[in-house]
Formats: sequence, structure tokens, C-alpha cells
Amino acid sequence: MSTKPELVKLIDTTLCTACRGCQVACKQWNEMPGLRTKQTGTYQNPPDLQWNTWTLIRFQEYLDENKKIHWLFRKDGCMHCTDAACVKVCPSGALHYTPLKTVGLDRNKCIGCKECVAACPFHIPRYNASTDKVYKCDLCYTRLTEGLPPACVKSCPTGALTIGEKNKMIKKAYARVKQLGGDANVYGDKFVDGTHVIYVLQYKPEVYDELPVKPSVPLSVVIWKDLLKPLSLLGAGGVVAGSFVHYMLHGPKAPPPEGTNEAGKTEGGE
Amino acid sequence: MQITRRGFLTMTGAVGGGVALSTLGINLNPVRAYAEELDKMQRVKIAKQTTTTCCYCSCGCGLICSVDKGTGKIINIEGDADHPINEGALCAKGSGFFQMTEANEHRLRKVLYRGPGGDKWEEKDWEWALPRMARLIKDTRDKNFIKHNAKGELVNRCEAIGHYGSSNVDNEECWLITTMARALGIVYMDHQARVCHSPSVGALAESFGRGSMTNHYIDMQNADVILIMGSNMAENHPMGFRWVTKAQERGAKVIHVDPRFTRTSARCDFHVPLRSGTDIAFLGGMISYIIENQKYFKEYVLNYTHASFIVDESFYFKDGLYSGYDAGKRKYNKDTWVYEYEANGIPRRDMTLAHPRCVFQLMRAHYSRYTLDKVSSITGVSKENLLKVYEIYSSTGVPGKAGTECYALGWTQHTVGVENIRAMTLVQMLLGNVGIAGGGINAMRGEPNVQGSTDHAILYHILPGYLKTPSASLDTLEKYLTKYTPVSHDPKSANYYSNYPKFMVSLLKSWFDAKATKENDFGYSWLPKMDDGKHYSTMHMFDKMYEGKIKGFFCIGADNAVSSPNTGKVRKGLEKLDWLIGENIFDNETYQFWQAPGVDTKNIKTEVFLLPASASMEKEGSISNSGRWVQWKQKACDGPDQCIPVGEIEIKIMQAVKDLYAREGGVQPEPILNLYWDYLDKDGHFSATKTAQRINGVFLEDTVIEDKTKGTQTLYKKGQLVPGFGNLQADGKTACGNWCYSGSYTADGINKMMSRGKEDPTGLGLFPNWAFAWPVGRRILYNRCSVDLNGKPYNPKRKLLEWKGDKWVGDVPDGPWPPQALEGGKYPFIMQRDGLGAFFGQGMADGPFPEHYEPLEGPLTRNPMSSQLINPAIEIFSSDRDKIERASEKFPYVITTYSCTEHWCSGALTRWQSWLLEAQPEQYIEIGDVLAKEKGIKNGARVKVSSVRGSVTAVAMVTQRLKPFIIEGKTVHQVGMPFNYGWLFPGDNKDDSTNFLTPTVGCANTFCPEYKAFMVNVEKA
Repeated sequence: MSTKPELVKLIDTTLCTACRGCQVACKQWNEMPGLRTKQTGTYQNPPDLQWNTWTLIRFQEYLDENKKIHWLFRKDGCMHCTDAACVKVCPSGALHYTPLKTVGLDRNKCIGCKECVAACPFHIPRYNASTDKVYKCDLCYTRLTEGLPPACVKSCPTGALTIGEKNKMIKKAYARVKQLGGDANVYGDKFVDGTHVIYVLQYKPEVYDELPVKPSVPLSVVIWKDLLKPLSLLGAGGVVAGSFVHYMLHGPKAPPPEGTNEAGKTEGGE
Repeated sequence: MQITRRGFLTMTGAVGGGVALSTLGINLNPVRAYAEELDKMQRVKIAKQTTTTCCYCSCGCGLICSVDKGTGKIINIEGDADHPINEGALCAKGSGFFQMTEANEHRLRKVLYRGPGGDKWEEKDWEWALPRMARLIKDTRDKNFIKHNAKGELVNRCEAIGHYGSSNVDNEECWLITTMARALGIVYMDHQARVCHSPSVGALAESFGRGSMTNHYIDMQNADVILIMGSNMAENHPMGFRWVTKAQERGAKVIHVDPRFTRTSARCDFHVPLRSGTDIAFLGGMISYIIENQKYFKEYVLNYTHASFIVDESFYFKDGLYSGYDAGKRKYNKDTWVYEYEANGIPRRDMTLAHPRCVFQLMRAHYSRYTLDKVSSITGVSKENLLKVYEIYSSTGVPGKAGTECYALGWTQHTVGVENIRAMTLVQMLLGNVGIAGGGINAMRGEPNVQGSTDHAILYHILPGYLKTPSASLDTLEKYLTKYTPVSHDPKSANYYSNYPKFMVSLLKSWFDAKATKENDFGYSWLPKMDDGKHYSTMHMFDKMYEGKIKGFFCIGADNAVSSPNTGKVRKGLEKLDWLIGENIFDNETYQFWQAPGVDTKNIKTEVFLLPASASMEKEGSISNSGRWVQWKQKACDGPDQCIPVGEIEIKIMQAVKDLYAREGGVQPEPILNLYWDYLDKDGHFSATKTAQRINGVFLEDTVIEDKTKGTQTLYKKGQLVPGFGNLQADGKTACGNWCYSGSYTADGINKMMSRGKEDPTGLGLFPNWAFAWPVGRRILYNRCSVDLNGKPYNPKRKLLEWKGDKWVGDVPDGPWPPQALEGGKYPFIMQRDGLGAFFGQGMADGPFPEHYEPLEGPLTRNPMSSQLINPAIEIFSSDRDKIERASEKFPYVITTYSCTEHWCSGALTRWQSWLLEAQPEQYIEIGDVLAKEKGIKNGARVKVSSVRGSVTAVAMVTQRLKPFIIEGKTVHQVGMPFNYGWLFPGDNKDDSTNFLTPTVGCANTFCPEYKAFMVNVEKA
């Protein structure tokens, strides 16, 4: 059996011209509609990720310390975390890790509970009330398995988007950051056990709109899923085992006659 | 695992034979089966794949349409990874191509008709519409035909029918359009090229001999310095910018000079803001800098340009005017703009460049007036920034370096449009950047086939192949040919236009075939003639339409009610038509002008036909990108319902007109009855191949071609295709619709436009076997300038051409002759009469050297450079709708108008596409934060924008990317608006065409409207 390659998509924001090729190509491939939006005084539209918009170019005017104007473009979308909060919380298994280590979403299994929407540190999954399902980028899994790049990567005119073997891409990102100098940095490889979508940023992460500086799986999710749930299962298992033993030892217990006091048993865990 | 752009969606590999999943080592068990997504991937995998070319900006990107074999419908469209220009990538518009197919519910599917006074469309069919249209055309033509003009000259024209469009149809269709229009006698014929790059043709032809982009998109990667000025390239030519990015990867410096800080500026090394309409001042300063600091490439200037020519002593320039000006007519008599000649008829030269009247010294004196102080005060650019740009750009004036300039409508859409471009040609010739890899002038055209539609001359002033439309005083073919066939006495000048008669006669034969004979001047008298000195451009046409003089109008693949200047005047003109015939894939504001807001529908008697056309991917044919690559598109599927290609519509309409004239007779029926019109296939459908072959040229009888240099004789049989324009004849043996395209077929009938060869032997990105490039496959024009006089490359690292022993190696040489210094050698600008690059523009309407004049409507009352405030040679229109208000408190802001990546031109195609509309949903105006604060305008609020001609509403986009300028000591604010919106769709707000604001005025040479610099006010709505 050959090793499954781990892929990383690199978004080099310093090469992006915000042409929206990726934003439209994603809709074209995934057969998502365009909805009527309003001009609110920005090129950014739709204003945010939506159930029908799995990737979005964010536009941001930025004055550096010398009061020089810059226009920052950042392609937002699922980061495909190695330690994905959404996969952790998903009760139905709709969100799952694929053999390529991306985060897939099987909408047939989605029950619309929106736990993932609350859990994602990057605020990615988006809910559609009419279908009662959640939507997000799946890194064009079915294209990857055919040896094709994701629709967004293929469409990018300037090569701001590239995809390849993980270590190669991380190396490429760092080489680019070195070339750029200044505050340029790589974003993504150090959080949530590393994301499969990483950025080259020109400025520090705190400069960018809607970009969490230190994203992590929420503590509540960690406690719930990593600690309490296993304990609860342990506890639930303990209840079953204990009941069995008791039955074996003491037989079925008949309820006492009316009026007699009875100590109840407390259930553990969940 | 190899992830590449190619995958299985290529034409070279087995179609549908995707890589077996198991070989990728992936175990894709149905554990994770995404029903819909696997369906799409599987559907695409087993579909038929066809190639096509993008129908937007002119980069010429390749796309692949996946067609479901069961339904015959397109199910996916994405980039063609094999295509050398885009390599699978696509900008937003290209990515959204699927929404142009019949999957879009808004596609026109039926013949629509609006009767006089009607308030809605009625569905009809072709059988009903064709006879009705033919009747209207014939009646209007017969009633209004002008056989002789007031002077008694034979003109054979019909001024009552106008025609506009289209740059968005295939070459073969363009050629049929122009052919049909001439046969009908139409003179008011024009199309998008007029408002786009008509100045490029004027300027580049004057300086170099040909009016087209000299290099091509991929070649930009070879530049050391790229100046993007007059363009917002990353937004409007995104794939062109791909190659700028590649140049940057190789260390090139990229400079953006533009009134706004845009998406292009964000990716350039630095941005220099300048006031809209002051590019000549900026470039004038650069010319002076180059000359005074000796940054020019002397050997090149001496040998490849006419800098050494001595100008006649009667020529002068004084206070903004050149010699020979007639203020009453606003015209120059150019008799003094001539050279001194030796006795042998060759221009006198001073190779030391010291003579005070040599072109070099005249140029130097002229631009010495463009001091840093003056330029800074006019443009609003700091002296520091001026010097920064001048220094970096002029560093390319050495043989090892290449500098290229990329421009588009930021330069063309001005009253000084041609001169903006001419100024840059002066810079490039001084620096030796023309004819080399990574150099040249990259005129980035704006429509998918505007290069082709220009080549095929859907323009009033030229015939296919850039031949001239005849004027009334040239009453015989001989007089006409004498006037336009240049004569040179210099044996070193190839003077290729000396072959003009061959091109013209072959064109006439292609039109009238056997009916064109030597005895009847090959049908020359049947062509409509312009009155001498008169013009029939788009603005002239709408001026006449507004007067009520134009009765019928063809509007093909266009939307004048949004895109032409001074919308109020245009729409009022449309109301006066008797009939309008539209051909398009979507409805638009022009076709529904009778329903526009505020219009008195029931009193508009115009009969309107809206004919449903097949979209670009629904027909085969060729289109020419800006780099002169002529690419053949495959047909993916049929157009929906009643749709047929524009070519077929034209053929059928004209055939119906022909039939009427055959039956009834009529006024001057000869050009119609004698027109060769056999372009349908055996099933009665439009044959792009038949048309393309006619354009390429065919031998009408057995012909022996002699090649004196090779000492050969070749016999071509009747019916064989002409393998190159060198074989065309002036005696009627050949028919050729457009000599530039001759050679797009081989003599054996192989269509070179279909080639997909990926070889790149020079490594410079020439791709000589990909498609056909005119002329004769040449990828970079004037490439003989890339070598020295002996044929040795100036830059051994970028060998475009090299003379090895006895032949040229590399690109197709621009002229097969040996290098200049060798026996039989020729000068490199072979289409110029004198064979050399021209600084001094003898043919220009507004002067031989570009000079700064203020826009027609600008912020100043005085031109700092001279007493001539505005361009002294522009035509002024004077209807009651042609008001101007300059330097006024009522309209104090300079405005520029433009497009954005997500929409294209008038938005008549892109507004109907939900993906694109979602990204740019409504009209906006970009206002600097300083100005917005002054006026209390908040970001996102609706505002009213007005000029003296009209007003529109838009959403305010308050931005830090626009800053005020200091011009001649006072603060001048610059604002900007896209022109992509109109009232018809999406129709949920009251915003209407930006062009309500623009004036009817244009370039002095080519009438390209001044959309880019006029005056407005902005107020809270």
C-alpha cells in the first residue's frame, strides 16, 4: 500500500490581485448560486462567507507606519485543520478527515445542529436555514483524487494559490517570507496541529481583518470532547457494568412496598 | 502525488480517460461518498471535451467545455491547462463562463419584435422576421441613397442607415458584417474599437508602420522594467498580469502610474498617482530626461529610426501650435511637415544628430519645455516621483535590458488619445525597446476579438487589412491606388505597402468575384465613398441620429445606450429611428430603449428586432487576441432554441435583401447583386471555414508565382488557398478578404489557426506553432531591431532573432531580407514608407510631436504649456446636448470612468450572470476620504453624480486610495466610476449609465471619446 500524500494549499497574499477568479471558480465547480447583494462601499462581496460562498476575498485598506496606503487581499475559507474543532464536535460524522487529511463535509449526514459553526476558530462553516445544512470548502476532494487541483488553485492567474506535498509547500512558504522580509510571515502551520491551508502574509496576523491571531480549538470543545466525553463513556460503561454485576449478585430488585424509603442510585457522567 | 493543472481535462490525452484512482494510492471507498459531488466529477470525466477561447478582455485564454454526451449540453467550463497564455487559470469572468451558456435563464432564445408604440416584446420567428427586415432595409436604402454628393462626385452611399458592432463576434463574422455593410453602401459603420483602441492603430501605425500591439502577453515575462500607465492591468487584463508576475519573479521592476490606487497598484513595486488627462506632460518630461541624460540607445536611434532626418525649414512650433494651422476649420495643413530631400529622392540625414532641424534636435527642443516643475504642476506628481520613474525606466536604454509599456483605455480615451501613445513610442524608440523580447508597446485591447474586428475593419475609415476607405475625390481605382501606395527611393527601405494594389484588388475580388473585372475597376465604383475631410465615427453617427437623419440602425453584440458617450443624446437619437435590428445573446438597454425610465413609449414608432444569437462557445470560428494570435474555437454545442451565429444572421438578412433586389430592382443594385455571398455549408448553416478560407485568400485561376530571390516558380491551381500575402496579385488572379490573415491556411488547406503546438525553441515564450499570428506567424513585430546591423543579437540572453550565415534563426523575421548592413539588407520598420521608426509624425491631425493640451472639460482655465487650452484639432459637436462646463465651481471634480474585473464593458453580458453580479452588485463612485469628509458623504451612502450633461446615482465608496492633487497651486480632487451598469437589469435600483455624464468629444485623430477626463459634482442623494 502506498503512503497517502498529505497536501497543503498555500495562499500567498502578496501575489493576489483579488481578481475573484477563485471565488467564482469555486461556485462554478460546486454548482453554488450567486445571490443578490448590495454595494456597501467596498469591493468585498458577498460581505462574508455564506452557505453559497465557500471562499471569499477580503479587501482591506491599510496604512502602514509611514502612512503609506496598502490594499490587502486575503482569500478566506476553510483552513482544513489537522486538529479540527468542527470534526470534533460533529455528532453525525458529516464532518470528517479524508484520506488526504483534508476536512470533508458529507452533507447527506449533516443534521444542521450548527455545533461546528460555533466551534470553528476561523468562523468558517455557514448554515442554510432552507436546507438545514452547513456548507464549507472541502478542498475539492473529488478533484484531488483525480489528480486535479482544486478549482480555486487552477483558476489563479498569478500563482498566489498553489498546492502540493505538505513539507514542500511549507518550505516554499518560508522561502517566500524570507524573500519578502519585513514583517512577512507564514500563518497556519503552527496552529491546531497545523492547517492544510497556509498563508504567506505581508504583515503580522493582527493587521488582517477576521484573522484570529492565535486560533485554537475552543477550550469548551476540548473539555467536552477530549476529557468529559471519554469520561462520560467510561462512566456510562461503568453504569452498565455495575448494573450487570448487581443483577448477577442480587437478582432483579423489586420495588419496595408503598411508603418505604429507598435510596436511589446516582448516575455518573452524562 | 503530482497535482498538476492538466489532469485529464486536456485535449492531448485520451478524453475521459482520467487517472485511475488506485494508481494514486488512494482508497476511495463509498464510506465517504458525496452523491452530488461524485456525480459532477464523474459527469465531467465522461463528457466530451471541446476547446474554446474566452470572450472577454483579449488576453485570449483557453477554456475547456465539458459537454454531456446524452443531453448535448455543457455541464462544466474551466481553464485549458494546455494553453500557453493562461495555463488553466481564469479570472472571475472566465471562471464564470458557464453562466453564458443556455443554463442562464436570461439567454435570448426567440426572435423578439417590438412594434411601433409597443410596450413589450412579441415572440416571432426567423421566417417572419427575415422578410420584414429585408423590406425595411431595402426601402430605407432606396429612399435615402445618395448617388452623387453636392460636388457632383459619385459616392454611392446611404447615410440613413447606421451600424455598430461587434468586437465580440468571430473573425469570419466580422468580415461578413463589414462586407455586407459596404455592399449596402453604409458609411456610418463603426464598432467597439472606436471607443477602445482606435488611437492605438493611429499612433502605432504612425510610429512603426502597423497599428497593433507589438509584442504579446507571454513576452512580458522577459522585461526588466514594466511601466503600467494608462492601464489597470491586474483588474482588466488579469491574465496579462500573470506574465507581469512572472517578470517580477525574475526580478523585474513594475511601476504603476494611475490616478487611482487599484488592485494593480497593490501588486506593483510602487504606485504614482497622476491627474487624469496629463499623461503627455508626464511622458514629455521623461523624453527630456532620456535625451538630456543620454539614456538613449544611440546606435539604435541612429540606424533604426529617422532621428537623423532633416525637417524642412518652413516647419515650426510656436505657443502650442504647429505650422499650417487653420483656426476656423480647426485643422492643420501639413504641407510644411516634410523632410528635406537629396537629389535622389531620399530624405536628407545628419548622422551626427547635431543639425538644429534634424528630428532629434527638434524633439529635444520641444520636450525641453517639459521641465520637472512644469510637469509636476500639471500632473500633480511630485518631482521626486517623476525622477524615480524616469530613472528606473530609462535604465532600459542599454542593449542588455528590456523595458515594456502596458496600456489600455487609460491612454486611448482622451482628446489626446493618439498622442498619449505616440509619446510612449518616442520613449521606446529612444531607449531601443521596440522589436525586442520584453520590450515593445503592449496595447492591451479590451474585447475578445476587437483585434480581429479592427483587422476586418468594421470601421468607417478603413477597409479590411488597414486599407483606406475611399474618398469621393478619388473617383478611379488608379487615383485611389496612387494616393495610398507609398513610394520610397531608398533601396534599403522595404516599403512593404508598395504592395497595396495587390491587397486592394484581391479584396475587391473577394467581394465581387467574377463580377469584378479590370474593365470596371474591379467594382471600385460600387464602394460607398466618404466625402473628403468628413468623418462618420460613432459620435458622428449618434449626432446625426439625434438630428433624426438616421432611420435604420444595426446594433450587433453591443449596448450603445450604456457604452456610448453622452447617453442622454444617444437614447434620444434611438427614439427617432424607424427601425433597429439587434443581434445578441442577452437583452440590453439599447434594444429596450423604448422602455427606458422617463421615455414616452407609445410615441416611439421604432420597429425593433432582437435576434437571438449563439454564444461564443456555441459556434466555431477564429478570434484574434491582442497579441495578434488568431485562435480557432471549437463548437461545444448548439445555441438554445432559435439561436444561430451572428454570421448566419448576416448571411440570411443579406440574402433576403439580395433576393428583393433581384426581384424588384431598386436604386444602385449592383453592389448588392454582384456581391459574392456563398458562405453557407451544404446544410444551409453558416460555414466559418468557407469564410475563413475566403479571408485567407484563394487563387481564382491557375497562377504561376515566381520567387526571384530563390529562382523558383510555383504553380498554384485554381481554388488553391493562398499560402501568404506575398503571393497576392494586382491583376485579379487572387481573391483575399484580408491580406493580414493570408497564410492562416497553408496551400494544402491546413488551418493553422487550429494548431496547438507547445514548442518554444527560443525559450522566450513565442510558441510559434500555437495558433496563427499575423503577419505570417510573426510573434514580435519589428524584430530586426533586436539585432545589430550585422544581424548579431543585441542581447545574447534573449535571442529573439539571429542571422546565422545566410539565414535568420528565431522568430519569423520582420522581412526575410538580410541584416541592414549586408547586401540586400533592409531597414527594420518595413511597413513605413521610409523603413524607419518615426518620432516625427507627419500624418497626425494634431501635430508631429505629442503636446500637452488640457481635456475638453478640465479644472484649469489656462494650459501651463501654451495658449492652447484644448487640443486645437478636435472636432467640437454643437447640438443642444453638447454642453461643456470647464473650471467651474458647479462641477469641480475631475472624474475618470473605467471597468472592473468582475464586469465587462457595459455590463450587458456580465450583469445577467449572478456569480459576477454578486461580487460587484451595484454602481459605485470611488471618492477620496478627504473629499468625502468635506461633503459629508459616508461610505455606502447613495450619492448623485452630475455633469453639465446629465446626472446619475451611485453608491459612494469612500477610500484612502484616492488623494487630492495640487495642480497649478490649487487642490483638485479626482473621483472615479465604473460604467458597467444600466437601468434594465438587475433593475432593483434607479442607477443608470455613467455615460449620462460624459461629453461627445474624442481624439483628434480617431474620435475615441474622452471618457477618462471630464468634470462632475458629487452630492448626497
